[in-house]
Amino acid sequence: MHLDNPQQLIDWHDKIIAKQKKIKKKILVCCGPGCLANGAQDIIDKFKTVLKEKKISGFTVEALKETGCHGFCEQGPLVVMEPKGLYYTKVKVKDVEDIIEQSIKNDKIIDRLLYNDPQTDKKIERYQDIKFYSHQKKVVLNNLGNINQCNIEDYIANDGYQALSKVITSMSPQKVIDTITKSGLRGRGGAGFPTGRKWATCRKVESDTHYVICNGDEGDPGAFMDRALMEGDPFSVLEGMTIAAFAVGAKQGYIYVREEYPLAVVNLQKAIEIANEKGLLGDNILGTDFSFNIKISRGAGAFVCGESSALMKSVAGEVGEPRAKYVRSVVKGLYDRPTVLNNVETFANVPIIIRKGASWYQKIGTPKNSGTKAFSLVGKVRNTGLIEVAMGTTLREIIYDIGGGIIDDRPFKAVQTGGPSGGCLPASKLDLPVDFDSLNEAGSMMGSGGMIVMDDLTCMVDVAKYFLGFLVNESCGKCVPCREGLYQLHALTVKVSEGKAEEADLEKMEKLSEMVIIGSLCGLGKSGPNPLLSTIKYFRDEYMAHIRDKRCPAGVCRALITYKITDACTGCMACIAPCPTNAITGKKNEMHVIDQELCTKCGACFAVCRYDAILVS
Amino acid sequence: MVNLTINGRIVQAKEGEMLLTVLRREKIDVPALCHHEAVEPFGACRLCTVEITKEDWNGYSNYVTSCLYPVEEGLIVSTHSPKVNELRKTILDLFLARHPNSPEIRQLAADYGVFKTSYETVVDGNNCILCAICTRICDTMGFHAISTVGRGHGKEVAPPLHQVPPDCVGCLACALNCPTHYIEYTFDNNYLTIWDKKFELMVCSRCGKKTITKEFAEYLSKHRDIPFSYFEICDECHRKELAATMGQITSWEREA
Ligand SMILES: Cc1cc2nc3c(=O)[nH]c(=O)nc-3n(C[C@H](O)[C@H](O)[C@H](O)COP(=O)(O)O)c2cc1C
Ligand code: FES
Repeated sequence: MHLDNPQQLIDWHDKIIAKQKKIKKKILVCCGPGCLANGAQDIIDKFKTVLKEKKISGFTVEALKETGCHGFCEQGPLVVMEPKGLYYTKVKVKDVEDIIEQSIKNDKIIDRLLYNDPQTDKKIERYQDIKFYSHQKKVVLNNLGNINQCNIEDYIANDGYQALSKVITSMSPQKVIDTITKSGLRGRGGAGFPTGRKWATCRKVESDTHYVICNGDEGDPGAFMDRALMEGDPFSVLEGMTIAAFAVGAKQGYIYVREEYPLAVVNLQKAIEIANEKGLLGDNILGTDFSFNIKISRGAGAFVCGESSALMKSVAGEVGEPRAKYVRSVVKGLYDRPTVLNNVETFANVPIIIRKGASWYQKIGTPKNSGTKAFSLVGKVRNTGLIEVAMGTTLREIIYDIGGGIIDDRPFKAVQTGGPSGGCLPASKLDLPVDFDSLNEAGSMMGSGGMIVMDDLTCMVDVAKYFLGFLVNESCGKCVPCREGLYQLHALTVKVSEGKAEEADLEKMEKLSEMVIIGSLCGLGKSGPNPLLSTIKYFRDEYMAHIRDKRCPAGVCRALITYKITDACTGCMACIAPCPTNAITGKKNEMHVIDQELCTKCGACFAVCRYDAILVS
Repeated sequence: MVNLTINGRIVQAKEGEMLLTVLRREKIDVPALCHHEAVEPFGACRLCTVEITKEDWNGYSNYVTSCLYPVEEGLIVSTHSPKVNELRKTILDLFLARHPNSPEIRQLAADYGVFKTSYETVVDGNNCILCAICTRICDTMGFHAISTVGRGHGKEVAPPLHQVPPDCVGCLACALNCPTHYIEYTFDNNYLTIWDKKFELMVCSRCGKKTITKEFAEYLSKHRDIPFSYFEICDECHRKELAATMGQITSWEREA
């Protein structure tokens, strides 16, 4: 069915709602990246076969939803049963029949599949009661756990495309821009530029064509918010882009997706085809004279291609190297035409703002940072996964309430936000509200939403070294301060980690960092020294320990540590075979010794010792 | 026309002109290694960076590469402020660590008071400074025979797949414009070799001197509409012939 006017969309919506009302119980199986990797597809298949065989009254395959990421990936595969919100974790294929027999047919709870709160050691039945979820504020990720990934009926049942319809029937492009401006929405790709202002500038530029591009490059190591949205709720991204196109007067759009996300490409492609078929994308949308087409452009998998000017070159088929932006891309972007580029999450916010109004949105978060932000919470916290919080939520709430605190109750040391462009914040900053401005001020960055929690066993010199090493390879290599400057900064961190640096090197790093920041051509170089500078700022003592005392307090930097066997050793011989250089000798039931000459400090013995007999110092 | 202030002096320039062009015209010495008149500005070496501000910027200033910055009314430029000098020194210091054996780099660094790098010398650092003048000129000439490949610190200039470049015609534009004379080529009897590709040279039918490569002559005659026979005579003999022709014309005119 092709929708030829807005009324037909309303009728279709009502029809879908009437149909879905009949479904009293729903089984939501998470098909996000984490759960799929743990076998969610087999679980879905099993549910389908069993449901077909068993024929439960009032219950059909339609009640089974293959949803996007629920966020709590480490507990997956996840199965949620609505309306109660019954929450099963680590589900296996062999559990499926049980779930149907007991929980679907007889409303019984299967104890062994419930989530166990590691802090209280109590089982929790409903996901609303799990702290990982209860402290979150789901706005932009709301559809993810609730609807079938590429199912437009589900999207429409959840008020999808109402915003587009509203825009087309009752708003002028200027009104749309005013609404977005008033909502205070800032770009979720990292820099936090006001979206409304970007659109307004682009709209004013006279040109034969304008373009809208969605940045789905998501290059920060470990981040997967944009991936989850593109895979799990592709229509929201398309709707947001279409509204942007209406606002700025664009007819063509592109979604730039990194190569490592094949499922995102498949789902977006499917969604584009469906939207085209229904008249919600393409020529004469909803029967009006507004037309907009979207193409997918596949990235080359380079971090720097997420940078706006490099991305546009890549879309145009050129080498993804940034250019100077003294003339901005909203004025002269893709093919030298005015171009709006926004992040995936930014676009996904747009339909919600239009539908619920700017004032509603503004009330979430803080005055200058309205709305929510999605993060991928990883590292040494108990609960890792995809989360969404209101702007202004403190780091402490995220790490301790949602994240459940540090694994093994070790001391918290630092949290890294913003990926290679961001920084590390120490315990003294735990009460910092998470928003663009506070993070910048503290020497870090929002970035696209990676959040890595570190405990006392993490060495901050090592962290700085890791990110600099990443950037040395990922810089486009065009400009000298970035290419050579980051290389030398990395070399200096290596020197520190090997105990070969002098105090003067610390100052040298700070000075060179400043030059890399002012001298580099694009944002990669301009923010590249952040991980280094923030660790020097907050963990100077740790640098000094490496430099002055030739000691790595966290026991990480190989050149500065020794592994010794203490008299806790029982002589179990477990560590002898794993040692790659045969440095450990000893007879059964006698204390073993490590030959320091041969030891490469790989830590293999430490990892296998069950008696805590190996000491790192 | 716009008015701008450069190092305290008021200067006029055409709207939209690049700042470096104005600086060069005003004989203000600003170094630049990736800039070349034949190609679009690139902004890679960052040596031409200057500090800019405006009356209404409330004391805020910005650092921009002059090669890429279009001039505007009221711009206030310092080409040698302390921070700018420090940046140039740092860049040259970094260059020196990577290309310690390049005479051109050593000279320029010495001009800025950098005689020895304060960083770790890069092992295997060759003399290619990755200014990409060669690849950009090659593109402008229409050959696209070489390009930069890879990214990050391992980026380099190379022919496709590091093979003998099929599209190279041996015009030598890359080598002759390389600011550090890194691109090697050799003449050997009737042959020119560059990028491991061996070209036969044309021989002047008048004097027997060697001229350009046959491939280059063919390209020019095909794409620039010049008769191929034009390249069978060397430049000098063309001039001699021109002198003879002019003499002939003068004598005809006198007779008439
Ligand atoms: C090195 C570098 C990498 C970037 N990577 C991304 C990315 O992966 N995704 C993204 O949305 N923005 C990325 N950005 C930011 C974009 O340049 C751009 O600001 C953003 O996509 C604009 O959208 P927004 O206003 O909605 O945030 C990156 C910037 C830099 C300098
Ligand atoms: S001339 Fe190299 S950056 Fe301007």
